[in-house]
Amino acid sequence: MIPAKFEYKRASSVSEAISMLGEHGMDAKLVSGGHSLVPAMKLRMSRPEVLIDIKRIPGLDIITEEGNEIVIGANCTHTQVMRSELVQKDVNIVYQAVSRIGDIQIRNRGTIGGSLAHADPSSDYPAVVLACDAKIEVEGGNGKRSIDAKDFFLGIFTTALEEDEIITAVRFPKVANGTYFKFYQSASRFAVVGVAAVKEGDHVKVGVTGVAGTPYRATAVENAYSGNGDAAEHAVDGIDDIMSDHFADEEYRAHLAKVMVRKALEAVN
Amino acid sequence: METFIGQPVKRREDDRFLKGAGKYTDDIKLPGMTHSAFVRSPYAHARILSIDTSKAKTAEGVVAIYTAEDGCGAFGVPCGWQVDFKNGETMREPQHPLLAKDKIRHVGEAVAIVIAETQELARDAAELVQVSYEGLPAVTCPKKAMEPGAPKVHDEWEDNASFDWCIGNDRAAVEAALEKAHHVTEMTYKNHRVAPNAIEPRSYIADYDVNGDKWTLYTSTQNPHLIRLLLCAFALGIPEHKVRVVSYDVGGGFGSKIYHYTEEALLTWASKEIGRPVKWTSDRTEAFLTDAHGRDHIVHSKMGFDKDGKIVAHLTDEYCAMGAYLSTFAPAVPTYLHGTLFQGVYTTPLIHLNVVAPFTHTVAVDAYRGAGRPEATYLLERIMSKAAKEMAIDPAELRFKNFIPPFDGVKEPGYQTQVALQYDSGNYEAVLKRGLEMLGYEDFRMDQAEARKNGKLLGVGISTYIEGCGIAPSAVVGALGARAGLYEVGHVRVQPTGKVSVFTGAHSHGQGHETVFAQFVADKLGISMDDVDIVHGDTDQVAFGMGTYGSRSLSVGGSAIIKSIDKILEKGAKIAAHKLEAAEEDLEYAEGKWKVKGTDKSISFGDVSLTAYVPHDYPEGLEPGLDFSSFYDPTNFTYPFGTHIAVVEVCADTGKVTLQRFVACDDVGNVMNPMIVDGQIHGGVVQGVGQALLEEVVFDGEGQMATGSYMDYAMPRADDVPMIETDRTTTPCPHNPLGVKGAGEAGAIGSTPAVVNAVVDALSHLGVTDIQMPVTPQRVWKAMQSKK
Ligand SMILES: Cc1cc2nc3c(=O)[nH]c(=O)nc-3n(C[C@H](O)[C@H](O)[C@H](O)COP(=O)(O)OP(=O)(O)OC[C@H]3O[C@@H](n4cnc5c(N)ncnc54)[C@H](O)[C@@H]3O)c2cc1C
Repeated sequence: MIPAKFEYKRASSVSEAISMLGEHGMDAKLVSGGHSLVPAMKLRMSRPEVLIDIKRIPGLDIITEEGNEIVIGANCTHTQVMRSELVQKDVNIVYQAVSRIGDIQIRNRGTIGGSLAHADPSSDYPAVVLACDAKIEVEGGNGKRSIDAKDFFLGIFTTALEEDEIITAVRFPKVANGTYFKFYQSASRFAVVGVAAVKEGDHVKVGVTGVAGTPYRATAVENAYSGNGDAAEHAVDGIDDIMSDHFADEEYRAHLAKVMVRKALEAVN
Repeated sequence: METFIGQPVKRREDDRFLKGAGKYTDDIKLPGMTHSAFVRSPYAHARILSIDTSKAKTAEGVVAIYTAEDGCGAFGVPCGWQVDFKNGETMREPQHPLLAKDKIRHVGEAVAIVIAETQELARDAAELVQVSYEGLPAVTCPKKAMEPGAPKVHDEWEDNASFDWCIGNDRAAVEAALEKAHHVTEMTYKNHRVAPNAIEPRSYIADYDVNGDKWTLYTSTQNPHLIRLLLCAFALGIPEHKVRVVSYDVGGGFGSKIYHYTEEALLTWASKEIGRPVKWTSDRTEAFLTDAHGRDHIVHSKMGFDKDGKIVAHLTDEYCAMGAYLSTFAPAVPTYLHGTLFQGVYTTPLIHLNVVAPFTHTVAVDAYRGAGRPEATYLLERIMSKAAKEMAIDPAELRFKNFIPPFDGVKEPGYQTQVALQYDSGNYEAVLKRGLEMLGYEDFRMDQAEARKNGKLLGVGISTYIEGCGIAPSAVVGALGARAGLYEVGHVRVQPTGKVSVFTGAHSHGQGHETVFAQFVADKLGISMDDVDIVHGDTDQVAFGMGTYGSRSLSVGGSAIIKSIDKILEKGAKIAAHKLEAAEEDLEYAEGKWKVKGTDKSISFGDVSLTAYVPHDYPEGLEPGLDFSSFYDPTNFTYPFGTHIAVVEVCADTGKVTLQRFVACDDVGNVMNPMIVDGQIHGGVVQGVGQALLEEVVFDGEGQMATGSYMDYAMPRADDVPMIETDRTTTPCPHNPLGVKGAGEAGAIGSTPAVVNAVVDALSHLGVTDIQMPVTPQRVWKAMQSKK
């Protein structure tokens, strides 16, 4: 388990990281917690020539309250997010999801920015940012922009990020009534199915991860929702790329999606 | 005076393990040492069209690159056990080359070795070796491997069978009894393939020394002397006295480090070629791809009962995968370590097992914790519980009806089975009674009925196992095809100061020999444990030995040490008698002193030791020194047994199984250190639970392993198991001096069927009668769906 040779650089500011990205282009990769990238590098499935370490950029690891929003810096580790009183109080759904990521070591290293940028179809954060209508704040050669969660995930390991863009923070509207349910894969403990549900008035917003190549908003569930768990039957309506492996084939995964959506809907009631 | 036998003495070796101060092979760095990496096949079955090493040879830091064309092509590693076809045809035994020659037979088979100045450079250069392959269809299932037209693993034979074999009573008689039986229970299933997953991956350093033309091989093995023997006499043909094999600390083996692997022999050969030490340490994915696996039996079984629920006959046919080549003990595992346990703890009068052992396009299958006995136990205990359900008899009751009655092997003779072996001593009713009591079986059944009313799925599963340990009487295993004797060597050297060094041929890779062996040595000599050191794992220090596997260390290795201690006390008595001016018959030995009976005249062990080495005033004609080595060849196997009971809850929505309780009442004979026995049971139970619920090596249609890392191969974690409730009964082994039976594998043997029985029990009212292991949420859900 030894990676191919690479050069290591540390960026001390967001703008420096962006210019390093501009300089090295496709040959470079950002690294934050390293807990998705380094395992792939050890297997030589990923072989960047330059690693740009952004973990120590000042200001990217803080959690703040801005009006009706909680803003989590991209470099915040899962543990940091989990322990934040702001998160526990105002976006408890994030706390619920993050506390179930991997194990202690993973949570101590992995970051929200890395998780979203990596876009592993079985990771937990996507369901939550979708259900919360969070905004992903990014900065690149062309300046800053804010991407709606629903526009962020484009496919397996694929996002709307441009090559020279960095996630700087994630902006969550406060959530009064939200929940996260996860059925984990017994080896990796990633999500076979993860469901986030947020209730606002009579409406519910449901984000689903683990089921399809791209995490999605279960709009069919949201439309059919009438205050109980029955809408869960629509959990995979319109999803034509349900994933399959030896832990869960398409049929079972679809079933689990319905079970987890039902539990989530019942919990936010 | 403090005594140690039976005390939960803390493990002495843990001090260095817990401080990170253990000395594992990969920790060793020799001057001038090179590193190696292997070029391994991505195909399960392929023809090698060409290998181009030219680019790699010029890469930075490369010392040498070898393929099968480069002189090592003539060598192969041997198989240590021969099981012939039942029609008399000799076992088909392909050469197992150190590097693949023309053909690839499993994913991960090595094609070339790249030796470089650092591990990183070796890896980099290995990527530059260009191999072109012509992919061929592969077969990974042992049953499919025997179908007409199946892709052949070895072209020289007409089909994939390595051998076929049977044991027990005449097949026709067994079939006739089944015909007439009142009830027949039938099962077809797979005892699936699992990967051993020792925490330390395999690691080797070969160091050839021109001065004296000597080799040292540092290796993470369970049996250094056996490796030396196989390496010298069979693999490379080099002189045994010129080779030293060292295995200091080894981080677990579970069987997978018994075998002589190709990498060990290749590194030894290569070190002489380049005149420098060469190291290789496996990474985790290489471990999944190249360490010998366990299990992989496809089973079809019938058990017949009379109207009272007594077993009348048992017939089983199995296909048991060997993998691409025959690993060191592979042929013995599904045969003599498996079929010989088909009697179980029951009085079954007629038994027949037939085993077909095909080659498959997979890494080898060999002994994995329990080796053949977990597979036998799984079969017997699943089929007993299934039969109980079918006949509407309580599963505990059915077992009580069929138990072999208690026998101690002294007053009552051993129990002669229908499958060759004779059990030493046993009391099978007692462990089940105790297990049921620990669980509160009757209360549980009431809770279960209540829970069902509320839609909660609770189940209980019982397993009453027996196993064979203390491998083994050499003449017996020799007659059964073993190419080695299975005695053990125990050498006790009393130093002039009365301190004791014990050299054992057994090898500790987690078992705690340094503690347990010192406990009984200290007691037998009446000295402090601090005055006893246990030395193992170095062929230059330990005269000889057969290593550790098959729960043999204490019963065979310990007995050899006892023999030497007896010789020491006998000689010591002569010296003491001389010094005390008394007759030997008038002496007694206790608390580290020879005493003249009925007087207060005595001489200490230390004074006798000193006299033996400073023999100024000494018995005439007696040799100086106090140093004895003994070989102990057991007269029989030992037969631990026990009852394991699991309680599970199944989630009706998702099919997920939660293990709520696990009760183990084991009988491992006399117990030297109850804490260590508990630890062995805990570890074994978790491994057995792992097989039942989580672990499985999965191949796709091309023979690719879908489970080559911990992202996809599910190991049990602490939160997958409840606190394990243990207790013991004690039925001493009548044929070895310590009365011990062995505890290393029992946990893994008894637990697996208990868990699966519990899951099936939880779903039985829905009509579910069987579920394929591992009992994953998906499988459970599908089983429930199929009954809707
Ligand atoms: C054994 C194991 C179990 C795990 N279990 C889970 C689980 O249950 N659930 C789960 O959700 N995750 C799980 N993970 C993943 C873990 O949460 C990762 O740490 C996380 O997904 C990635 O964060 P990171 O900071 O480590 O990213 P890195 O590995 O540093 O980077 C990942 C990718 O993101 C890019 N990147 C990093 N930061 C930024 C940024 N600010 N802007 C743009 N691109 C960036 C990198 O270039 C790289 O391509 C597990 C990981 C492991 C190893």
